[in-house]
Amino acid sequence: MEFGLSDDQRMLQESITRFCRERITLDSVRAQCGSGSCRDPALWQELVELGIAGILVPEDAGGAGLTLFDAILVCEALAYTAAPVPYLGSAVLAPLALTRSSGDWQDQLRQIASGKLQVGFGLTEAVSRREDAGVRPQGGKALFVMDAAQADALLLGTIDNQLIWVDASAADVQPLATIDQTRDCSLVTLHGQPGTVLANGDRGAALIRKLIGVARVALAADMLGSAQAMLDKAVAYSLERKQFDRPIGSFQAVKHLCADMAAHLEPCRALTWYAAHSHSAMPDEFALMSCHAKAHLAEVGSFVAKTATEVHGGMGFTDLLGLHYWFKRIGFDRQFLGGPELVRAEAAQLQGYC
Amino acid sequence: MRLEFTAEYENFRAEVRAFIRENRRFTAGAWTDVDGRPSVAAKRWQAMLLERGYVCRTIPKQYGGFGGKPDALQSYILDMEFAAAQIPRGLANQGISMLVPTLLEHGDAEQKATWIQPTISGEVIWCQGYSEPGAGSDLASLTTTAREDGNDFLINGQKIWTSSAHYSDMMFILVRTEPNVPKHAGISYLLLPMTTPGIEVRPLATMTGRSEFNEVFFADVRVPQSQVVGRRGGGWNISRTTLQHERGMLGDPGRALQTLTAIAKFMHTETVNDVRLMDSPVYRDRLLRLQARAQAMQFHGLRLLTHAARGEDPGVARLIVKLNGTELNYDIYAFAVDLLGEIGTLYGSPSPYLKSKGSWQTGFMFSLGLIIGGGTSQIQKNIISERGLGMPREPKPATSS
Repeated sequence: MEFGLSDDQRMLQESITRFCRERITLDSVRAQCGSGSCRDPALWQELVELGIAGILVPEDAGGAGLTLFDAILVCEALAYTAAPVPYLGSAVLAPLALTRSSGDWQDQLRQIASGKLQVGFGLTEAVSRREDAGVRPQGGKALFVMDAAQADALLLGTIDNQLIWVDASAADVQPLATIDQTRDCSLVTLHGQPGTVLANGDRGAALIRKLIGVARVALAADMLGSAQAMLDKAVAYSLERKQFDRPIGSFQAVKHLCADMAAHLEPCRALTWYAAHSHSAMPDEFALMSCHAKAHLAEVGSFVAKTATEVHGGMGFTDLLGLHYWFKRIGFDRQFLGGPELVRAEAAQLQGYC
Repeated sequence: MRLEFTAEYENFRAEVRAFIRENRRFTAGAWTDVDGRPSVAAKRWQAMLLERGYVCRTIPKQYGGFGGKPDALQSYILDMEFAAAQIPRGLANQGISMLVPTLLEHGDAEQKATWIQPTISGEVIWCQGYSEPGAGSDLASLTTTAREDGNDFLINGQKIWTSSAHYSDMMFILVRTEPNVPKHAGISYLLLPMTTPGIEVRPLATMTGRSEFNEVFFADVRVPQSQVVGRRGGGWNISRTTLQHERGMLGDPGRALQTLTAIAKFMHTETVNDVRLMDSPVYRDRLLRLQARAQAMQFHGLRLLTHAARGEDPGVARLIVKLNGTELNYDIYAFAVDLLGEIGTLYGSPSPYLKSKGSWQTGFMFSLGLIIGGGTSQIQKNIISERGLGMPREPKPATSS
């Protein structure tokens, strides 16, 4: 029994983390976000060269053929530096969707692995349908479609549980500016239902639920990395910042805020690992565990986001310090694909409580 | 990540299960005598477990232990299998969990030869004489003194929170033997028979209405100076070993999930306004919140187990267990009481309306004691921030006595 990362996973985590910490600075994040679109194509290209776009693409299509557990370790590392890259759609959801769909998708998978094909995804209405949104046979709107702005193709879930693959040029993609400028969200409008049906009926419903679970675990890992960044920054700040003739980190109140953050956050690591691992190893548990991971990280993440900002005092509230990029990343992750109450209700249902 | 055990460990699990199946009948009957001491049945069970190394596995054979190597995974399998079978895990008392490891590390040959075997067999019961009314979180400020008198010490003072003092044979006690040195340097660790004249044990009533603990008063209690463990004035460091072990004891994440399962069960049957508790989305949401926390802590425990098996120090991850476990436990019992509503306030007398013999109410109160005991949550947060996050230690006062 070994509950932890394998040597390969540790190496993967270390290499992506080291790359991100050297390559991505607050200034670079701020510059990319300031341009109104959160994209950093050069950064994405370098990450593609490190192999992360092909992480879930089967080896026979030029990918690494790894598991969701490996993929979310990358999510955590990217979040730690608030990397503005379209990883979730292209590298995580698209390969998993295509390898579970009928038809020959080898070309597309190859292109995904080489970074040449970017994919956005819209599953929001399958979780929290609002404002009369939803893709119907005659067309419709999909809200909060992620990674669509530069996408070549879109993965969308329809009202009647079809998972469709749409060429981006056949859709009307408008930016939806959210609080998290490091991620790319769009409003996608379809006229009719162009594209290919990857799965429908019961299979479509099941595949959509599976992809939602996958995305939720990825979001949990994103919250984990973001929260860890905020905690680390809070501790570091408290050791530097002096008031009343001593570092503020020497005051017990501040120490206890940091201890609270660490105590709440640390078990989230094991929960996220287990949920990710269950995708391939214990598939019967995956739906429930992905709910637990998403909802719990949302609660803990929000707590750390608030508390870490408070430890930074007035500086935490400024744009200059840039701490808010992580506050907002966590804030977006909390809501996207189901806030904690909705997700917990789903978890109750999965266990037959209602 | 590999959640399965290797064949070697699965074989071990099979052996343990076979042992439990073949011998569980020996766990029937009263486990403690009227006075609180282990019953004959309990001691016989302990002997059976000692023989197989299912308890006291790493204690050397010469002291009655199994003489095995530490194996975190075997210990885990044993804990899980005994818990699943709902049978006693052996004797659990402070003598075994705290005194014996201390003697192994700091005792002299005679102390080890005299005390270890009778303690682990359950013949000798110990209580812990550490905390005092004036020395809890600040244990080093203790004032129970042991003044030299010939070849003996005379002990005067008071200890508190001494569970089992009323039936213990011996006490391991921290006393101040060196009067004119800084407070941490003046403490000695002594072994003291509870039959010594001058010791008075008084039950300490707590908020639960029971007296789970005692106060112990010392009036010129005579003990030979040879009863010091380690060196005179070295008691503070020796007690650090012991407290490390105590902190490991408090906080059992597997149990939290079991308690929640029991709660979910009564949520299915109990109603308020003709609505089943489980049909209330508000109560369900609260159940799921607690479930996620308990699940996270359980997996966290597995992660720590892996670090222990690898001999690695996981840093801050290890330091949060007591804090999280006790706070979660309290929140779970608080939820149970809230679910029961007014019925959850019944206490103290038999009533046809009392659920589970009032154990939710008692547990709710006792769980607050567990947050406070063994190092309060505030002390835990000091430790987490200082040792786990590298933040500055509490500033020393201007003068130290």
